[in-house]
Amino acid sequence: MILLWGSNARETHPIFFHHLLKGIRNGAELYVVDPRRTSSAQWANLWLGLDVGSDISLANAMGREIIVAGLANEKFIQNATSGFEAYKAHVEKYTLERAERETGVPAEAIRRMAHAYGSAPRSQICWTLGITEHHDAVDNVVALINLALLTGHVGRYGSGVNPLRGQNNVQGGGDMGAIPDRLTGFQHVENDQLRAKFEQAWGVKIQPKRGWHLSDMFEAMEHGDLTMLYVLGENPADSEADRHRALKRLGGLEFLVVQDLFYTSTAELADVVLPAAAGAFESEGTVTSSERRVQRVRRTVPPPAGVRDDLEIIFDLARRLGHDWGTPDPEAIWNELRPLSPMHGGMSYRRLEEMGGIQWPCYDESHPGEMFLHGRLWSEPLIGPRAPFSVVEFEPPVDQLDEQYPIRLTTGRRLDDYNTGVQTRKYASPLRRKEALDVSPEDGQFYKLREGEKVRVTSRRGSLVAPVRFDSALRPGLAFLSVHAHDQIATNELTIDAVDPKSGTSEFKATAIRIEKV
Amino acid sequence: MTQSPNNSQPLDAPRPTIPLPRGPVPQAPPERERRSIEIKIDGESVAVAEGSTILDAAKKLGIDTPTLCFLESLSPVNVCRVCVVELEGARTLVPACSRKVEPNMSIRTDSERVRLSRRLVLEFLASSVDLSTAPAVHAYMDRYDAHPERFGSARATVAQPVIIDNELYVRDYSKCVLCYKCVEACGVDAQNTFAIAVAGRGFSAHIATEFDVPLPDSACVYCGNCIGVCPTGALMFKVEYDMRQAGTWNESRQTQTDTICPYCGVGCDLTVHQQEGQIVGVTSPVDHSVTHGNLCIKGRFGWQFVQIQPVDPDGK
Repeated sequence: MILLWGSNARETHPIFFHHLLKGIRNGAELYVVDPRRTSSAQWANLWLGLDVGSDISLANAMGREIIVAGLANEKFIQNATSGFEAYKAHVEKYTLERAERETGVPAEAIRRMAHAYGSAPRSQICWTLGITEHHDAVDNVVALINLALLTGHVGRYGSGVNPLRGQNNVQGGGDMGAIPDRLTGFQHVENDQLRAKFEQAWGVKIQPKRGWHLSDMFEAMEHGDLTMLYVLGENPADSEADRHRALKRLGGLEFLVVQDLFYTSTAELADVVLPAAAGAFESEGTVTSSERRVQRVRRTVPPPAGVRDDLEIIFDLARRLGHDWGTPDPEAIWNELRPLSPMHGGMSYRRLEEMGGIQWPCYDESHPGEMFLHGRLWSEPLIGPRAPFSVVEFEPPVDQLDEQYPIRLTTGRRLDDYNTGVQTRKYASPLRRKEALDVSPEDGQFYKLREGEKVRVTSRRGSLVAPVRFDSALRPGLAFLSVHAHDQIATNELTIDAVDPKSGTSEFKATAIRIEKV
Repeated sequence: MTQSPNNSQPLDAPRPTIPLPRGPVPQAPPERERRSIEIKIDGESVAVAEGSTILDAAKKLGIDTPTLCFLESLSPVNVCRVCVVELEGARTLVPACSRKVEPNMSIRTDSERVRLSRRLVLEFLASSVDLSTAPAVHAYMDRYDAHPERFGSARATVAQPVIIDNELYVRDYSKCVLCYKCVEACGVDAQNTFAIAVAGRGFSAHIATEFDVPLPDSACVYCGNCIGVCPTGALMFKVEYDMRQAGTWNESRQTQTDTICPYCGVGCDLTVHQQEGQIVGVTSPVDHSVTHGNLCIKGRFGWQFVQIQPVDPDGK
């Protein structure tokens, strides 16, 4: 049983969806939880079209139903988890009737999904930004983890909780330590022993406290605590929520450096632009995919004249700052981190080549890599700490609907485009249509709109004019905008930067808007 | 900021500053054991697992069997008949690509009857279809001494105009041998989009979109997986087609390098074909555990951004 929650993988992860379709052809059931009846949902045994941001209510009600129906895996809960009694007492309030009220999903559908998830021999939950682009993103995630702990659908072949990564190396970035509280290999920067290991290898002192994540940085810009920014391969001028405010913050910087392939909207604001080579096609190195598979990227074509590899730029910058690191060599850098990061220890370039990539952890050169995590939870006696249940309460999106702003706007990707379109809008996709505000046919009728007619879309933060298109995947009261073409529709003029303090992600998925004829 | 604090309480959470201990290395469930079956091919004994095909067994002996409609990643459809072999005791020749091995089979792969049949199949195809962009078939024709001109002026039979109705694919059905691979790749074997099927019967049989509409009006999502499996160049990337028309396509000056797709997190292996420092096409290895040779529109076509010449994003 596959539970796809807040993900339109058919369009956003098409080749992963091939594997999922194989599962369906082999008899797996698919349940899709999404406010939109997406092209992924069309493959589902059951589609649960919940109201945007009501995921915790749905998950808690599922948990309650699993317990009530006797489908909880008591032995697993006993051996490997903590906090079950508190969780059980907490979800007791989330009856199917309450969840129906809060989510808009019929109680019977929730019951059916709970039973299918709980009783299948193997179940997995896959999610993407429908879960994480919320002000309570981490709460949403732990609400799903609770379900896996409740049923023991974790740490076993074919089961698990699986966040489908949206970028080719967002996993690798985190693994390498490009997150505020970790060094390479998820080693916590506030652990003295771990930090000492790195300090010794690198011959420098490392700050013993965690840094800022992206949203912290934007806050700090507001207060003048952050005055200089070096942006590599990111386009925050288009991609940040509440674009008006983000631009104001970027504009207030004393010094902005942008290293990118293109003269992006962010580069236009920069004091210095460093033209960089295209990582996937013009550089050597590795990336790490959603399944933790470290794979080699290679230079397939030379970069254009005057454009340099990211590593060369960084090495030169270090030299100007008084640190000569020699000549950049991606493999030598990789081999430097392997002894420091146990989970990458066994991944020589030679093995990565021979094995077609390796899934971490891979501790030494005889280790095959691991196809799934958390298998330790099934060992008796238990190895390591218990996996905790969490108590999470449903909380509606921050940008609430009212008479002034009665329509819920959600955002996402389309099959043929990617993020702010910097890369994808360079190729001629036959699928691409002029960007439009997608609304339900019922709302089109209610507002007496024709397809293609321009409307004014207004949120509490901004306003724009866009043509409308009718999409029967949307329910009345729900509208959709992509994030790909800010030159046509600057979606983030409307979105809210209500940030999840734990993850630093804004609530891109839930904006309150109104639509007016122009 | 109008934000409310969120409220999760992890109950007795492990301290994130302390690394988790290692657990056991996870294992996939053992594969169902398959008994070994011994057969004879061209007088030589070979043992393969139950469920294998004659083609698998022949491969194990190093016998190179010609195939057109077969691909490891697709279900066999047995339409091209170029892989046929002689099975002792069988009335007809059998397709090696789909016939499963049975104990004590005795097979001949190079008998006079097999050679004649393969030769005729190749002659019939080459006398009706334009095989100019199918070098593998030409190699087979040399091997089996095929002379398609015996059947009249070559290729005239199914000649028809090239279809260019979008910026990414060109379809030239004068080159189509109706091997069904594209239909399978678009269907249950990979993409599950079902944009194309075989329409018409007998001599009118042809690959068509629903109601023969142009590709942009069909269900096609431009993954290019049909092009990836086409054995004759009937389906071709427009970049390659344009370069061939301009006389600049030169495979001897091309190299192929594998990298990882720059878009979503699935980690698809891209084999990038370059000529003179420009990307001229992207494929993926059939044996890659992530892609099985398949890509999506972004992976297959979304590389234009590394080229220097600008493209109109709306395709106008």
